[in-house]
Amino acid sequence: MTDTSLDIGQSGLERAVPNGTVSDFVELMKPRVMSLVLFTGLVGLVVAPGSMHPVLAIATLICIGVGAGASGALNMWYDADIDAVMQRTATRPVPRGRVAAEEALTFGTVLAAGSVFSMGLLVSWLAAGLLAVTIAFYLFVYTMWLKRRTPQNIVIGGAAGALPPVIGWAAATGSVSLEPVILFLIIFMWTPPHFWALALVRAGDYSKAGVPMLPVVAGGDSTRRQILIYSLILAPLGVLPAVLGTGGIAYAVSASVLGVLFVILAWRVFTLREGQTAQHAARQLFGFSVLYLLLLFAVLLVEQMTVAGVNVWTPV
Amino acid sequence: MDSGLSDAMQLTDEEKKRRRTRSIAIGCVLAGIVVLFYLVTIVRLGSNVMNRPF
Repeated sequence: MTDTSLDIGQSGLERAVPNGTVSDFVELMKPRVMSLVLFTGLVGLVVAPGSMHPVLAIATLICIGVGAGASGALNMWYDADIDAVMQRTATRPVPRGRVAAEEALTFGTVLAAGSVFSMGLLVSWLAAGLLAVTIAFYLFVYTMWLKRRTPQNIVIGGAAGALPPVIGWAAATGSVSLEPVILFLIIFMWTPPHFWALALVRAGDYSKAGVPMLPVVAGGDSTRRQILIYSLILAPLGVLPAVLGTGGIAYAVSASVLGVLFVILAWRVFTLREGQTAQHAARQLFGFSVLYLLLLFAVLLVEQMTVAGVNVWTPV
Repeated sequence: MDSGLSDAMQLTDEEKKRRRTRSIAIGCVLAGIVVLFYLVTIVRLGSNVMNRPF
């Protein structure tokens, strides 16, 4: 990691005073990623058996959200040099010099410690431990170790993004069982085709930044094959919650349809390999993959709240 | 030397405004944390909150 804020940020060069706005610090927390993490955490919490007081549920979600924000800030601190080179991330607060790298580090560290200890004190130390593992895995294993070294970076690193439903479940029940592990596996298997579809479109960007994403290292054809393989595993895996009873009929139907659509789009990516149509197919899969995960978890959530009864809002 | 240093540390109006906004945001977050800990404490105590040793 190099101090990119000194290379690029004019204010960082000329002035020693922090100059970021509140929205810059919010941006450090990667709000869009945070919203997806919060949502999957909420689903883990709602589908868990038993009841949880709404105040405790809100406290859990705040801790998960802040923990996700901490991961984002620490990632932006460490990856400022890469972010500065890539078109998609060049306008982030640290490479732009709106927030000093040291501020991002401090901000992320305080949020990480605050979220973990708050989760432990307010909700559950098991959930706090899982939250700590998530943040540490994302920072040390994914960001610092794997991201710049191996094309398997997002495969293994995806474990961090897959843990929130397990944290939600652990917060609600005080334990971890097979059901949240299946939710974990769904997000874990969803991550590679999701990011590789984006990487196919942004391969030049990753190459310029020296990030060994699969399309950069192994080429487009190999990436397309891997996307298809992961999609074929993901589709049936997505239906498993219905088999285990976490989801009902509506979930089974939705997961089946969404899974088939996912495989169809992955097949298009696999077969269309040249020109604009190939780029379009990859963009389509990337866009749909976000929708896939959102809808899958949304159906699970709505079904639990309407059919199986809402356990979150039942006072203890 | 001293005056040069103090010039370098002089905040512009825009920077003062941003610092003020950041301070207000931090204050709001801290207040939120206090409220959250209070509410969770009350919830955890449940009906025992009314039990007094006197």
